[in-house]
Amino acid sequence: MKPIRVLIAKPGLDGHDRGAKVVALALRDAGFEVIYTGLHQTIAQIVEAALQEDVDVIGLSILSGAHLPLTAKLMEQMREAGIEDKLVLVGGNIPKRDIAPLKSLGAHGVFPTGSEFDQIAAFIRESIGALETAG
Amino acid sequence: MPGKIRDVILESGIAVKPVYGPEDVNGAELSPEIGKPGEFPFTRGIHPLMYRARPWTMRQYAGFGTPLETNERFKFLIANGQNALNVAFDLPTQMGLDSDDPLAEGEVGRVGMAVDTLADMDVAFDGIPIDQISVSLTINAVAAPIMAMYFVVAEKHGVPLAEVRGTAQNDILKEYIGRGAWIFPVEHGIRLIGDTIEFCARHAPKYYPVSVCGYHIRESGANPVQEIAYAYCIARAYLREGLQRGLHVDEFAERLSFNFDIFGNLFEQVAKFRAARRLWAKLLRDEFGAQKPGSMQLKMIAGGGGGGLTIEQPENNIVRGAYYALISALSGAQTMALCSYDEAYTIPTEKAALISLRTMQILVEEMGLCDTVDPLGGSYYVESLTNEMEQRIVAEMNRVDREMGGIVRAVSEGAVQREVAHQALKYERGLQNGTIPKVGVNRYRMDASQRPIREAGARQAETRDVELHQYQPQQAEESMRRTHEVRANRDRQAVAGALEKVHEAAANNQNVMPAMMEAVRAYATLGEITQTLKQVFGEFREPVRL
Repeated sequence: MKPIRVLIAKPGLDGHDRGAKVVALALRDAGFEVIYTGLHQTIAQIVEAALQEDVDVIGLSILSGAHLPLTAKLMEQMREAGIEDKLVLVGGNIPKRDIAPLKSLGAHGVFPTGSEFDQIAAFIRESIGALETAG
Repeated sequence: MPGKIRDVILESGIAVKPVYGPEDVNGAELSPEIGKPGEFPFTRGIHPLMYRARPWTMRQYAGFGTPLETNERFKFLIANGQNALNVAFDLPTQMGLDSDDPLAEGEVGRVGMAVDTLADMDVAFDGIPIDQISVSLTINAVAAPIMAMYFVVAEKHGVPLAEVRGTAQNDILKEYIGRGAWIFPVEHGIRLIGDTIEFCARHAPKYYPVSVCGYHIRESGANPVQEIAYAYCIARAYLREGLQRGLHVDEFAERLSFNFDIFGNLFEQVAKFRAARRLWAKLLRDEFGAQKPGSMQLKMIAGGGGGGLTIEQPENNIVRGAYYALISALSGAQTMALCSYDEAYTIPTEKAALISLRTMQILVEEMGLCDTVDPLGGSYYVESLTNEMEQRIVAEMNRVDREMGGIVRAVSEGAVQREVAHQALKYERGLQNGTIPKVGVNRYRMDASQRPIREAGARQAETRDVELHQYQPQQAEESMRRTHEVRANRDRQAVAGALEKVHEAAANNQNVMPAMMEAVRAYATLGEITQTLKQVFGEFREPVRL
C-alpha cells in the first residue's frame, strides 16, 4: 500500500512552529510521508503545494487565534482548485468552543495543543480509509 | 548604593542579614567561583544588595486591539502597581505590514496592538509617564523603525534621546530559531541590530537596544542548557557586530540584556541562572576584554514560560506561575514577567493579567524573597548544579562553533532549528508516554465526569473552563481607518524624501537610524519603511529541514 502523504502547513503570519514541526516529525516516524511548508505561507501557496505534492492530507497549524478565517479561506480555495476531497486537519491553540465551527467549515479533524500523536495518526488512517471506500 | 537599608526581623525574632557568607556556615571555604554578590564573577547576583535595596521590576506582557485599548490596559496595570511596561505588537506589525495589507487580514490587533504610524504610538503612550515607567518593546525584525517611533514619542513627552530609558527586544537571530517573526536574510537582520546598537551607544546611552532571548528558544523546545548556550552564541554575534562598528566593548556591552525562560525543575532553573551569570562575566572579561563591571553583569528578565503551562485544568497554571515567580526571585532576575494562566488558550484577560501581577507582589510583600541576596547560595546541591550547568553550557556553545560552523551559519542553514525541533519531539514524547510528569496531563487527569459542575449548561461551556479574551474584528477596521486618515493628511513629498533616505542608508551601509527617525516623523507607515528595506535586503528564505 502506498504511504499516505501529509502536508503540514503554517498559514499566515504566526511564527510558532514547534507544534507543526513536532507533529511532522512524529507522523514521519509513524510511517507517513510528510512535507512541511515552513512559515508564513498564504493559503494560495498551501493549496498549490498540496496540488504539486499530491498529498492526501492537509494539516494547518495555527497558534495566533486566526484559525476560523484561515480555515474558511483554505476550504474555499481548495474547492476552487478542485481538491476538496483531501482530508483537512487543524491544530494549534484552539478553544473548545471553536471546534464545532471549524468542523462546519469543513475541517475533518481538530487537534488542539496537547493532542497525542497516536490519536492524530489513527484519525488520519481511519479517515483516509473511509474516504477511499466512499470514493 | 542606598545609604540606609530596612531591617528585617523574622517572627521568631531572628534579624535577617542582607548577605550570608561562609562565616555563617562555620567558616566553610568561599570559592572564588561563587564570590560575593556585586563582584566578579557575579554568581550570586549583579548587585551587592540585590532586592534588599530594590525589588525586581514587574513587567507583564500586554497589548491587543488598537493602541487605544492597549493604552487602557497599560493604565490598568500601572494603577495596580506594575512599574514597567512590556508592549505586545500584533503579527502584522511584527512582520512590517500595515493594517490594510491583504496579508494582514484576520490578524490585525489579535495578539498585540496594531501600529502603522507614529500616530498609533502617540495614542499607545498617551498619559503614560515614560520618564518614570520603563518600556520594553517586543519587536524584532522591524525593531529599528519601531524604536525610532518610540524615541520620537519620548521626545514629545519631554524625554530627549540622551535620557530615554527602556528596552527593545530586537534579537533577530532567535526569531529564525523560534517565534518566526523574521523578514530579511540573516546577514541583513544582524546588520540592522548593529545599526541600533551603534546608534544607541552614541546617542541614546541609557537605552537597552537588544534583549537576547533564550526564552523563545526554550519555548521552541530547547532544554535549559541549550537555551543559555544558543542565547550566548547569539549575544557573541551581536558583540562582534558592535566591535566592527568601531565601538569598544565597554561602550555598549552593558546595554545588552537578556530574556530567559522559567519552567521545569526549580533547582535546575536556579542553577541555570547562577551559572549563566558567572559564564557571562567570564566571557566578557576573557574573550572580549571588557574592563567595566557593568559590561560583565548579566541583566535579565526571567519569567514564567508558557511552555510549562497546560491547557488541561487551567487553574493549576496559577499555581505554576507562582512557583515560576519564586524561581525567578531565587535566581536574582532584574525584571520579572509571568505567563498568565490562560496562556495556553489566548492572550490574557484583565483578570488573568492581574493575578500574575499579584503573584509577584505577594512574593515581594509577604514571602521575604527580597530580604537577603541569593538565599540558595552555598547550598551544596545548588552550587554543585551550578558548576555542572556551566560546564554543559560551555560544551554546547563549543558544539555550535565546531560542528555547526558558528551560530550565524547554523541559523542560516537551519541546523540549530533542527536541534531544537528534535529536542521538542523528545520532550513531547516524554509527556505523552508519561516519563516527563505533568499534573493534569499525564498525572491526575480528569475526564468530564470528574470535573466540578459549576452551573447549568456547563457542558456547553469551555471544557477547561476559563474566561477568554475576545477578539474584536471592528478594532481592525478602526486601525485601517486611522491609517487611511494619516495617509490622506501627511506631506507626501516629505514621506517620499524620507523613504528615499532610508533606501540610501540601507543600500550604502550607513546607519539607518537617523533616516528612520526622519521617516517616522514624516508619518511614513511601517509597511512603507519595511517595503523600502525589502527592496535593498530581499527576504529570508527559510531552510526547511525536519
